[in-house]
Amino acid sequence: MISLLDKYSRKLSDQGLCEPGAPVLGGLDAVTIWNRDADEIKALERIIAGLNINSILFSRPAEPYFSIINALAEHGAGYDGRIGPQDTESRTFLHDIPVVRDMEPDIVIAALRRRKSVIVRDRGILTFGTVSPEQAFVTYSSVCFSCYVKLLADFASPEGLSPDAVQAYGDIAEKTVRSYGQFINNFDESPVITGPFEEAGRAMEAMAEAGLLTIRSRMVDSFFGNISCRFGNGILISQTGSSMDELAGLIDLCPMDNSSTAGITASSELSAHRGVYTGTDRRTILHGHPKFSVIMSMLCGEKSCSLRGKCHLSCDRKRFIGDVPVVPGEVGTGPTGLCNTLPPALKGRGAIVWGHGLFTTGAIDFTDAFRNLVAIEKMCFEEYGSVKG
Amino acid sequence: MHGWKGKIATIDLCSGKTGTISPSGALYEQFLGGRGLAGYFLKGAASSDWASEEMPLIFMTGPLVDTPSPTSGRMTVMSRSPLTGTVGDTSVGGRFGTRLKRAGWDGIIITGRSGSPRGILIEDGNITLHDASRFLNKPVSSIMAEFPSTVSAAVTGTAADRGCLFANIAVDGHFFAGRTGLGMVMAAKGLKYVAVSGTGRTEIHDASELARAKEEILRLVSASPVLKGDLGIAEFGTGAIYDLINSRRMMPTDNFRKTFFGPAEQMNAFAYMKKYGSKKTGCSGCQVLCKKKDSLGRAIPEFETMSHFSALLLNDDTDAVMEANRICNEAGMDTISAASTLACYSELKGKRLTPGEITGLLEDIAASRGEGGLLKLGSLRYAREKGNEGASISVKGLELPAYDPRGAYGMALAYAVSTRGGCHLRAYPISHEILRKPVATDRFSFSGKARIIKLSEDVNGAVDSLTACKFIFFAAGLEEYARAYYGATGTQTDAQGLLKIGERICFQELIINWNNGFTAKQDDLPDRFFREEGSTGYGIVVRPLDRKEFLESRDNYHAIRGLDGEGMPSAAKTVELGLK
Repeated sequence: MISLLDKYSRKLSDQGLCEPGAPVLGGLDAVTIWNRDADEIKALERIIAGLNINSILFSRPAEPYFSIINALAEHGAGYDGRIGPQDTESRTFLHDIPVVRDMEPDIVIAALRRRKSVIVRDRGILTFGTVSPEQAFVTYSSVCFSCYVKLLADFASPEGLSPDAVQAYGDIAEKTVRSYGQFINNFDESPVITGPFEEAGRAMEAMAEAGLLTIRSRMVDSFFGNISCRFGNGILISQTGSSMDELAGLIDLCPMDNSSTAGITASSELSAHRGVYTGTDRRTILHGHPKFSVIMSMLCGEKSCSLRGKCHLSCDRKRFIGDVPVVPGEVGTGPTGLCNTLPPALKGRGAIVWGHGLFTTGAIDFTDAFRNLVAIEKMCFEEYGSVKG
Repeated sequence: MHGWKGKIATIDLCSGKTGTISPSGALYEQFLGGRGLAGYFLKGAASSDWASEEMPLIFMTGPLVDTPSPTSGRMTVMSRSPLTGTVGDTSVGGRFGTRLKRAGWDGIIITGRSGSPRGILIEDGNITLHDASRFLNKPVSSIMAEFPSTVSAAVTGTAADRGCLFANIAVDGHFFAGRTGLGMVMAAKGLKYVAVSGTGRTEIHDASELARAKEEILRLVSASPVLKGDLGIAEFGTGAIYDLINSRRMMPTDNFRKTFFGPAEQMNAFAYMKKYGSKKTGCSGCQVLCKKKDSLGRAIPEFETMSHFSALLLNDDTDAVMEANRICNEAGMDTISAASTLACYSELKGKRLTPGEITGLLEDIAASRGEGGLLKLGSLRYAREKGNEGASISVKGLELPAYDPRGAYGMALAYAVSTRGGCHLRAYPISHEILRKPVATDRFSFSGKARIIKLSEDVNGAVDSLTACKFIFFAAGLEEYARAYYGATGTQTDAQGLLKIGERICFQELIINWNNGFTAKQDDLPDRFFREEGSTGYGIVVRPLDRKEFLESRDNYHAIRGLDGEGMPSAAKTVELGLK
């Protein structure tokens, strides 16, 4: 258990979500084990006692997340004390994010009885798992991502915000944009493993390399995102819930004719990937949740649209950011699933799914797929700057 | 009352008298329905002999049945198991539960014993008993043919008539209350069928809240590759995991002496679909529709049946698997116990069974003919009779399903501690150990598994009581179902609240088992798993389970669960859960 706690503490800092050494993680079997000593443990033990869980995580987020969650806690929560981001990670998994004033265990327990996370104002984010500390890590990451997207999207489209909120969001947005620009504009790595791939092992190595770069370039966090490669008469694709920086051994080969279902653990986007490969001659697909691609997809000028509020399900316009189409679509399958909307749109270098993320393709290997991912995100980042002047 | 109907029917087959119990709102909220409420009504008589007049046979729905809540068309059937002596229950689909609610009842409690074969017909509030002599020794399909499509029926087949201890109850002809031999409890009562039709509706507290919950749940279902993906259960049925389990080298093969089956590639769900065709069907109100029929309307075997009638018996003939499935379904026999008992027979005889021998022995069991007269008692009694108990791969007498515990250590612990014996569904750790939901755990480690198994059992205690299908919990969770529960009933709760109720439901069953003589010692696996390796290959090493680690994990489980070293439920936990 302690190795798991250490692993996710390290990943939180590696992905820029916490300062190194900040996370407090507890894991329970017959007894509770902590990754480090901390003042908060007394309160956390009371919280554990009030819930049926097997792991808990509390940490102050790194900047800019800490400023963002505090600003949203102050100005962005509804009458019910909850923040309601509209991106896909939130709508699908978090639903909403409750906010409490302090670490009073009874109040925190009440919030965590109904949701996977809680923001403690001026302190940090508290999450838990029921089978693994990984759940706590994933939820923590989603809270950071969702709040980041919400604050910047709300600031760019500030109808309904109070003047105080506009002021507060503006200060944070300016610093956040500057910081992100420094990072993304200086990121110049790209895959070195090149195709075409004649052996499955080599293709998998290339996928692992591209996945790792996707995390390092902050194009996706925790266990979101996916990656695939045409191979033989099938598709090599990352498994559902696999982290892009840990793909070794977690790639399934799915025959195009479905003659084996061993890949039932494949990514939930297998249908979409299959649709893209069927309709094009592309050989690789890379999917991440780059923040400004997601933010820009959610900014639409049609204020009186009859579908407003349902943009993730349906849109009757042909939207583009530059040359890149923006389409609606829910995760996975179903009548409003992105398996229906993405393949017809992904004919060029990439396509963005509203509030969700960016899909890019490569002609032979992951070199152009990854470069497209970063280039489109940079384009969206610059577009955001132009929207905000 | 919203969600619940507020009435449970009682039927005494000795006197023919019927009555009504009207549980308080507090009792409903304490046990929800389904498995929880059935356990509550079983508890008082649970130490009686399973064949006695006092032993109740209980059919119980839950507050989400007959509402728009996804996959909530199920019910629980419960009594004391003839096969194991433990709590005996199964969750079963079809339309019976929905129609029972529409008839105005949350459940039925049947006691007594009829001198001649009887049937119970429930038409809204009207309950009548009927002669059922003509159904004796008839296959399930011919009995079902006598009921109109507006009526749901739970019936037993020839296996129950002939004393098979793993006889099941067939619901609507295609759904089975399969495990623990509840068909024999029906037979012991002289009860051949229970049929129901209803014209009412279940009132809902807040339709818009329930609709929002449904939207959240279905969004997660669509995002689940296991449920709705190209290779998922909706497309291929539960057989979709056949290839996966074999590729993970944990497919029980040759009576659990190996864990990999070479011919599996030619016997997978795709092969059945290609050879026999495939049409989707399923329970009332289900969005997944996991059941498959072929182009002739025959049932395509489910995963456990597909696996055990092939790998476990070293059979590479899909026609034989189809025929074995048909025989079991027509006779009303649990396919897992039937196949595993044949595998035990095969090992003890030292011979690989031919397809003809497999189907022939199944017919013999159903007719209690020849060797079938002993095999019908299940693998444990058969192996004991033959002087080699180790050939029965069972826990507490219930044969193990199609996941080898050497390939998933959480499953090993879950089998051992399950309140109904060797069952995969109480905790269903395959979800995280193999299918990676909600996240992946290390399948070759006991680390942390004691608490995970306890929590998963509690989740499923609530799920079986609401009721909902366990498969949907590959995607959704109690967080979403708490909202559906509120929408249906108006009772405010949350995921943790439902989890606490699940804990109460599980603990109630542990009390029943303790009172019936089950202790910590019986929470154990067959010796084979600690001595013999599985089929190592393709970089996957399948070692014997480490006995010391297993026992430590089991001790941890007992402590976390609130049991003492002997397995006795603690007084403190009993009081905490309101069970005193």
